[in-house]
Amino acid sequence: MMHPIRRQRLFLVIFIVVAASLAVGLMTYALRDNINLFYPPSEIAAGDAPSGVRIRAGGMVVDGSVERARDSLFVRFLVTDGEAEVEVHYTGILPDLFAAGEAAVVTGELNEQGIFMASEVLAKHDENYTPPEVADAMNAAHERAQQSADES
Amino acid sequence: MWQWFHRLGSPRWFYQTSGKWLPWLGGITFLLLIIGLVWGLGFAPRDAKQGNSFRIIYIHVPASFLALAGYYVMAIAGAVGLIWKMKLADMVMKSAAPLGAALTFVALVTGAIWGKPTWGTYWVWDARITSMLVLLFLYLGVMALQHSYTSVDAANRASAVLSLVGMVNIPIIYKSVDWWYTLHQPATIKFTEAPTMHPDMFHPLLVMIAGFYCFYALVLILNTRSEILHRERRSSWVKDVVLQNQR
Repeated sequence: MMHPIRRQRLFLVIFIVVAASLAVGLMTYALRDNINLFYPPSEIAAGDAPSGVRIRAGGMVVDGSVERARDSLFVRFLVTDGEAEVEVHYTGILPDLFAAGEAAVVTGELNEQGIFMASEVLAKHDENYTPPEVADAMNAAHERAQQSADES
Repeated sequence: MWQWFHRLGSPRWFYQTSGKWLPWLGGITFLLLIIGLVWGLGFAPRDAKQGNSFRIIYIHVPASFLALAGYYVMAIAGAVGLIWKMKLADMVMKSAAPLGAALTFVALVTGAIWGKPTWGTYWVWDARITSMLVLLFLYLGVMALQHSYTSVDAANRASAVLSLVGMVNIPIIYKSVDWWYTLHQPATIKFTEAPTMHPDMFHPLLVMIAGFYCFYALVLILNTRSEILHRERRSSWVKDVVLQNQR
């Protein structure tokens, strides 16, 4: 049996933890839109993202959508979250890990045509780590599977 | 039932017993860290997309793990000190703060160094990185509170309350990558699923995590021992220990 004074202090400790969790939980719930680092393309397409102010958009760079200018650092590509696509225009150096089929987070403004004029492009890495040989073998197997699917 | 609990709370008993563990713990820590570092940095395969820069994971992930786990150690020690007025628990809480702050700092710095070649930026204010910075400030806050009272009891009470309030940040850090859109990727190591990492890369990481756990325990015990000697400096047994070492 616990001493009554100690039990009282135990309840005080539990109260502190519960009250702090509740307060912080309500705060983060109220601020959830501000805590998100970027808007997914579907929210931008639905008009939830403000235009004319600096925002971030994030999603997968669509395969085959990356077009580079020959005489400048201009590049344009599509970003998707599987539901909607947003066209991004950017002039500058892209991070090494930027590639089609990989995720990216872009900072900039939406113009009137709904094109995202980016001033910064960041690559978003996924949580998968594979050695080069394994990645090559997986890609080769993937291609073989696609070929046999095409033939049948 | 409470007997072992109260004996553990005796600084003198802890000082004498932990002295016997230290050589073993130190040896295991040294071995694990050496094996993990050589294996991870030298022999694990490089990553297909990131190349060799991914190897910073062998420092970043273990340091982040212990920065989070260490906060629970500090907060629980603070709660025990509040409820049972156990002197040893207060000393553990005080010793855990600078250690946790150092590990949080290492996690933030290694993350920034990795972020530049991978993301293209050192820092971004996403939920994971910002909540990790809050963790650093919580640790620094506990350290500052410990030094801002002349009365040891008042310092312990204030820092225990701050530790407990700050505990709510730990699940936020852990779940931030799932709850919100962040630049930081979701966890590679999950408690319920297989890791999304090739076994050749994952095994050295496990050794490093085990090594960091031992390192944490080792440094926490060393810090606590010096805190015991400092706070009990007027007791006769500490005088005996000091005289014995001088001879």
